[in-house]
Amino acid sequence: MSADLSELYQQVILDHNRRPRNRGKLPTANRVAHGNNPSCGDECSVHLRLDGDRIAEISFDGSGCAISQASASLMTTQLKGKTAVEAQKLYDEFHHIVTTGEAPAEISDLAAFAGVHTFPARIKCATLGWHAALNALKSDPLPATTETHKD
Amino acid sequence: MSDLARTRADFPILHQQVNGKPLVYLDNGATSQKPRRVIDALVHYYERDNSNVHRGLHALSMRATDAYEGARARIAKFIHAADPAEIIFTRGTTESINIVAHSWARAHLKAGDVILTTEMEHHSNLVPWQQVARAVGATVRYIPVLGADAEGGLDYAALDTLLTPEVKLLAFTHISNTLGTINDAARLCARARAIGATTVIDAAQSIGHARIDVQALGCDFLAFSGHKMCGPTGIGVLYGRRALLDQLAPDETGGGMVVSVTYEGATWKPSPERHEAGTPNIADAIALGAACDYLDEIGRDAIAAHDHHLAQIAMEKLSVVPGIRIIGPRGGQPRGGLVSFAFAEVHAHDVVTFADEDGLALRGGHHCNQPLMRKLGLTSTTRASFYLYNTAAEIDVLVASLRRIQKFFVG
Repeated sequence: MSADLSELYQQVILDHNRRPRNRGKLPTANRVAHGNNPSCGDECSVHLRLDGDRIAEISFDGSGCAISQASASLMTTQLKGKTAVEAQKLYDEFHHIVTTGEAPAEISDLAAFAGVHTFPARIKCATLGWHAALNALKSDPLPATTETHKD
Repeated sequence: MSDLARTRADFPILHQQVNGKPLVYLDNGATSQKPRRVIDALVHYYERDNSNVHRGLHALSMRATDAYEGARARIAKFIHAADPAEIIFTRGTTESINIVAHSWARAHLKAGDVILTTEMEHHSNLVPWQQVARAVGATVRYIPVLGADAEGGLDYAALDTLLTPEVKLLAFTHISNTLGTINDAARLCARARAIGATTVIDAAQSIGHARIDVQALGCDFLAFSGHKMCGPTGIGVLYGRRALLDQLAPDETGGGMVVSVTYEGATWKPSPERHEAGTPNIADAIALGAACDYLDEIGRDAIAAHDHHLAQIAMEKLSVVPGIRIIGPRGGQPRGGLVSFAFAEVHAHDVVTFADEDGLALRGGHHCNQPLMRKLGLTSTTRASFYLYNTAAEIDVLVASLRRIQKFFVG
């Protein structure tokens, strides 16, 4: 297997793909947003329970490739307890990682996605769940779609 | 040199490495590669004959016009149309179907009418009909696809109840781009004709792979793209029976398609000019004619046999890969030159990314067939689609790659 491909499919990603965290609907959710990628049919819904400005609980469901599923799974573990502002900041860092391959040392798990940057067609897979989550935070009634977000 | 080796030598693009491995191009359902002769036809036109057609009296314009109209006649012969005027050049299958939807269907359909199609249509032969139905108050109905894996093909028995007097149009694909199912086009057209319904065949997947005789099929319209039959992108054809085309209002108007224009209005030329407003895609039409020559020299029966042979080998070897689910006709059954499959635990996009490492060009996704995917309980499949230059050894590369992928993700 090439170095690029083993960078893309890191153990962390394979693990989240095989055993997704926080997968399923959230009965107590007060925010839901749906994301889809029309070019490949990947779908991801993010369910949130906002407690004030803070994400008290978060889950995702949907279907898609290993990158999109692992990314959404890992995202839920990172966003729990964060405010909307903190979530946006984390997404900005994540976006930087998947588009440049540069990962700051302090962001350990998200750095697993650095390998995505050598596969530009897969960046949208990695960001799908994040777009849904940010829309849910904004209470955006529109489904997140990779066609209206740049990446 | 074997025939197959000679055929492969005709396609310059095949002789390259991808990710350090020989290219194995199995994405022919999306687009085929181009033989040297088609590429040369484009170069020759731009280097020697480039000029606008029809209205010029100088030497280059006459040469360009002769070549362009010659290509039309060549394509008419290729599909056994009665008259070159029945060949309208378009951008491709999608535009061809949209012309029928805009010009024919909106003029002829009314509230309460039914457009009958199938559950296995590509979005390009589905969405235009939904749009027409919405505009005129008609209904779209679907001929069901049988079997949990769509292995049973179309439910022909259902035609008895579906073909009611309200059905004014039957639109169906000749070969499914997702399943590989070969539909009985002549039978479907005969049934539709018996109740006076107009027929449209989406021949995108069959045109370069099998002998097509529009008169024997008995269709009213037939749509296809050049790029899936060794021709260039951006050129396609709408075939229509002359009597229908001459009555059809033009979808686009402008130069080249009028007899007379006054400040008050205009009158239209007959087909094909009436349906080709503006400067046409001259170079690509000429190169499509060259593609017809090429395919007929190889022989479309030989191509169909080669497709069938590769599909059967693929069915046999893929069916024993752990965790695989193949959709469409079962092994041994007639099938176009493609196989679509899914792994329970590996998404098609991961398959395609991994296979690319082995030099394989595959396609993963919903194949513009979302309703069928949903019906089969799938979100995506991986598709390997074959053509005249593919070899049995390439299927071994595919199978080895899939086994490796399955092992990596599932263990």
